[in-house]
Amino acid sequence: MSRSTEAQPSLRASRRPRTGDAVLWLATGLATLLVVLVLLVILVDVVKNGAPRLTLGFLTQAPSDGMTAGGIFPAIFGTLALVLLMTVAALPAGVATAIYLHEYASPTATATRIVRIAVNNLAGVPSIVFGLFGLGFFIQFVGGGMDKLFYGGNKVFAQPALIWAALTMAILTLPVVIVATEEALAAVPRELRLASAALGATKFQTIWHVVLPQAVPGILTGAILSISRGAGEVAPILFTGAAYFLPTLPHSLHDQFMHLGYHVYVLATQSPDVDATRPLLYATVLVLLLLTFALNATAIVVRSRMRKKFSGSHA
Amino acid sequence: MNGHHNAETGTGVYRLPRSLTPNGQAAASDPKADPKAKAEVDDRRVALPAAPRRRRLQASRPPMVHRLTELSIHVLAYSAVAAMILIIIFIAKEAWPLLTSAAVHKEVTLAKMWFIQQWPGYDAPEYIWQPVADIPKFGVWPLVVGTIKVTVIAMLVAVPLAVSAAVFVSQYASRRTREIVKPTIEFLAGVPSVVLGFFALMVMASWLQDLFGLDSRLNAVVAGIALSFAVIPVIFTVCEEALGAVPPSYIEASVALGAARWQTITKVVLPAAAPGIAASIALGLGRAFGETMIVLMASGNAAILSANPADSVRTLSATIAAELAEVVFGGPHYTVLFGLAVLLFAVTFGINLVGDQAIARMKRRMGVSS
Repeated sequence: MSRSTEAQPSLRASRRPRTGDAVLWLATGLATLLVVLVLLVILVDVVKNGAPRLTLGFLTQAPSDGMTAGGIFPAIFGTLALVLLMTVAALPAGVATAIYLHEYASPTATATRIVRIAVNNLAGVPSIVFGLFGLGFFIQFVGGGMDKLFYGGNKVFAQPALIWAALTMAILTLPVVIVATEEALAAVPRELRLASAALGATKFQTIWHVVLPQAVPGILTGAILSISRGAGEVAPILFTGAAYFLPTLPHSLHDQFMHLGYHVYVLATQSPDVDATRPLLYATVLVLLLLTFALNATAIVVRSRMRKKFSGSHA
Repeated sequence: MNGHHNAETGTGVYRLPRSLTPNGQAAASDPKADPKAKAEVDDRRVALPAAPRRRRLQASRPPMVHRLTELSIHVLAYSAVAAMILIIIFIAKEAWPLLTSAAVHKEVTLAKMWFIQQWPGYDAPEYIWQPVADIPKFGVWPLVVGTIKVTVIAMLVAVPLAVSAAVFVSQYASRRTREIVKPTIEFLAGVPSVVLGFFALMVMASWLQDLFGLDSRLNAVVAGIALSFAVIPVIFTVCEEALGAVPPSYIEASVALGAARWQTITKVVLPAAAPGIAASIALGLGRAFGETMIVLMASGNAAILSANPADSVRTLSATIAAELAEVVFGGPHYTVLFGLAVLLFAVTFGINLVGDQAIARMKRRMGVSS
């Protein structure tokens, strides 16, 4: 930060040819501009075509007339139900892993390294592989086992369902929660821990009463980012619970559900009459984008506030 | 005594926290206090109110709840490891019949998938992916080549743009520019892939078709460019971090030697950040290789074996996504699709491992504290 401002004046003093700098500045600047433009073009297109159709009725009604009329309320409801269940499953496991990694584990121990490798690679597993895993593990193995045990072999849980999609998505977003929480734990000043220890608090008391309350914004950031991810990811729920159209809202964990992202995918690729569904499609994309952007913006604001707070108390 | 005197002035060995001493002074001036005892001694005794509390803490063992919570933290910490192991086991389990099942082998074997086959009704041997034909054909090369084609196009677009943007933001941009560009690219990272796929399918495909006069509207170029939008934020973020982690002393030394800014960047900053840049490219590659929804929507999904980027393509991930919903559970087609997932998993796992190691090396080189 201070680097560039310090470097520039000394550069000006030396009388080197400026062409090299002009070329590099222009080339990299244009690349940056292009990347920013990509986002802007997508946004403008979606807002321009989606906004006219975005009404209160669109948000509160069910689709009708073969998806050419009505709204997307069931998809919004399904998405919210999915991310809620997902967060309930992913947050405790993710926060616990982060606490373990940052507070308890020795960074060089083999067990720690294994956990780290698992977290890093989990983040890189293709989302479609999560979908297959959800099908193979949750639906066929866990669901099939539950049906045999409790339902006498009737198909209740051994089929795509809200709960399986949520658990699959929870595993997918686990690294997001872990990384954000760990960052938050690392940002808690060492002095606070030392002060707590000096007052005679045990390690657990220090973590529970001193460190975690300070890390809440970071944990929230992780939860928000994972919700944003959960609202937008489609590949993992293709086979684990999402449905194209349902006459009723899901009312139990083993029901299928509609989902905003999946709705966009189906409307865009499998609609028999693309022109008739186009306005609805754009409006649905707009809702999905607004949702994820609002979540991401909240996460960014919370995180930058947290950083400012700690850097302030530190200096 | 002497010690206490120093404590008042704040220089002695017996110095007590200021917040604790006023109490003691109040006690010392209390008329009930033993007049023979030195005020200083009294001061010190009363000044340690924390002592009994401390003893109480040590005496009581941590409550059961604490120990249980601590235990569950340690158990839950392995959830990521458990998830990873379960993923490997259950993907491999469903793909296993490909190697062992006689019923599956009637239709498909590994050899039939990977080696060229003479199919009835064809003039010459060919690699063909037609899993739902009368005679199912599971030649995977069209899918593998399609995946490589789309991935290469995406990387060709994404790497120069993302690395350049990272150089600009970390080396040239003013503070204000940086504060606009970085969140913008974070937002791009937050755009769901299904939205990028939608945009490529509905808008970009038509633009590119008009621009280049292509035969098929959806093709490897459209999918590759759309895919690059998902990869750029990944590369940019890691790359920018790597460039920012180059110690300022390197840059100062270079500038002090009379190098211009661009010389410093190309000769000092970029080489110093090379492992991080390599890592960012590896992570971007992993993302591009495994990304599903964008290619599923924008690639046209025709399993054509060709090198022409303007042809429609079908990738490994899109094949799984498009076909798994309609297969018989446990049948040959189902097994083959899980086999493709094993391939996808193994390749991305390898790429990510390389990327993570490069990041670890970079952190060691730059010092973790930076």
